[in-house]
Amino acid sequence: MKILKPAKAGTLESNDISIMLMPGNNGIEIELESIVEKQFGAEIRTLIENTLKELGVEDVMVKAIDKGALDYTIKARIETAVTRAGEM
Amino acid sequence: MLRRSMLFMPGNNPGMLQTAEVFGSDSIILDLEDAVSLGEKDAARILIKGALKTFNYGTTEVVIRINPFSTPYALEDIDVMARLKPNAILLPKATPEDMKKLDEMLTKIEKEEGFEEGSIRIHALVETTYGVETVYETIKMSSRVDSVCLGGEDLAADLGVARTKDSEELFYARTKVVNACKALKIDAIDTPFTDTNDEAGLLADTIHAKKLGFTGKLSINPRQINTIHKVYSPTADEISWANRVMYAKDEAEKEGLGVFSLDGKMIDAPIITRAMNTLNTARVIGLIK
Repeated sequence: MKILKPAKAGTLESNDISIMLMPGNNGIEIELESIVEKQFGAEIRTLIENTLKELGVEDVMVKAIDKGALDYTIKARIETAVTRAGEM
Repeated sequence: MLRRSMLFMPGNNPGMLQTAEVFGSDSIILDLEDAVSLGEKDAARILIKGALKTFNYGTTEVVIRINPFSTPYALEDIDVMARLKPNAILLPKATPEDMKKLDEMLTKIEKEEGFEEGSIRIHALVETTYGVETVYETIKMSSRVDSVCLGGEDLAADLGVARTKDSEELFYARTKVVNACKALKIDAIDTPFTDTNDEAGLLADTIHAKKLGFTGKLSINPRQINTIHKVYSPTADEISWANRVMYAKDEAEKEGLGVFSLDGKMIDAPIITRAMNTLNTARVIGLIK
């Protein structure tokens, strides 16, 4: 699965996460802002990375702004962005 | 199943999806149609898919409102949502023709997924003049139909009239929908009351709809649930009356009487049925054991 073009999903509302994907060449690179960075930053990064790998994405730049999203929301927003960024 | 209230929840709002059950409505309607903008239909499908795999909504009925067949979204909505096995699909702008299409698609998906045939139910949202005139045929088109819900806003637009507070413009549609539902023994769910700040108006509108025969009401705001439940739940007096009817019936049977009276009024089969329904509803919502 290749990221062909920039794509966004999600919002900046509470309980949501805004995800932006851009084509990359250096594996999965994640830039994260989160209101729960101290408590859950590492877990959110791992979840984003694992979700991308499950979808077969190897090279991508991710900008994520988290407003307290649960795991199911993070996974859903990643899946939506990946679908919008290229062919699944 | 009891459907006093059916609460709409936007399908692309994570916060609402994760708290959908806490407001206590009998059904929740996860919306893919009006509450989701055209560019977010894909995101809402994926988010609802995640929510249904993550949360246990308990005994609350989970209904998905798909987009109408007249849009490019309906087929994918059905294909994705039915495979998640919700309790039911809400078909907007319901007509006999669209009901047939939806029923056939659900049957096909149930076979492919190994679900019991007919296990995904349907609620028909009647909100066009054609839909009102054909409501009986729409219900007859599928054995999956559990209710007809009336959509007053779209119907008023189709009628070319303004919506009013007393809903006079909906009188014909309301009585026609109720009659069709009663004839085919399914639930009749009234249109939402759209002024979410007018609790007195909601109460009056719900009482009026109940008098016309509706069995429940659509809701667009969690704050409306308590008022709707208050109207559609038996009162202490009604429960007491029903208990007295059933007691008098038992006594009459012991004496071999077919017809008897209570408080000077004749009690016959329809009255006994009403008393039994009252007690049954009271039991389901935990008012009596």
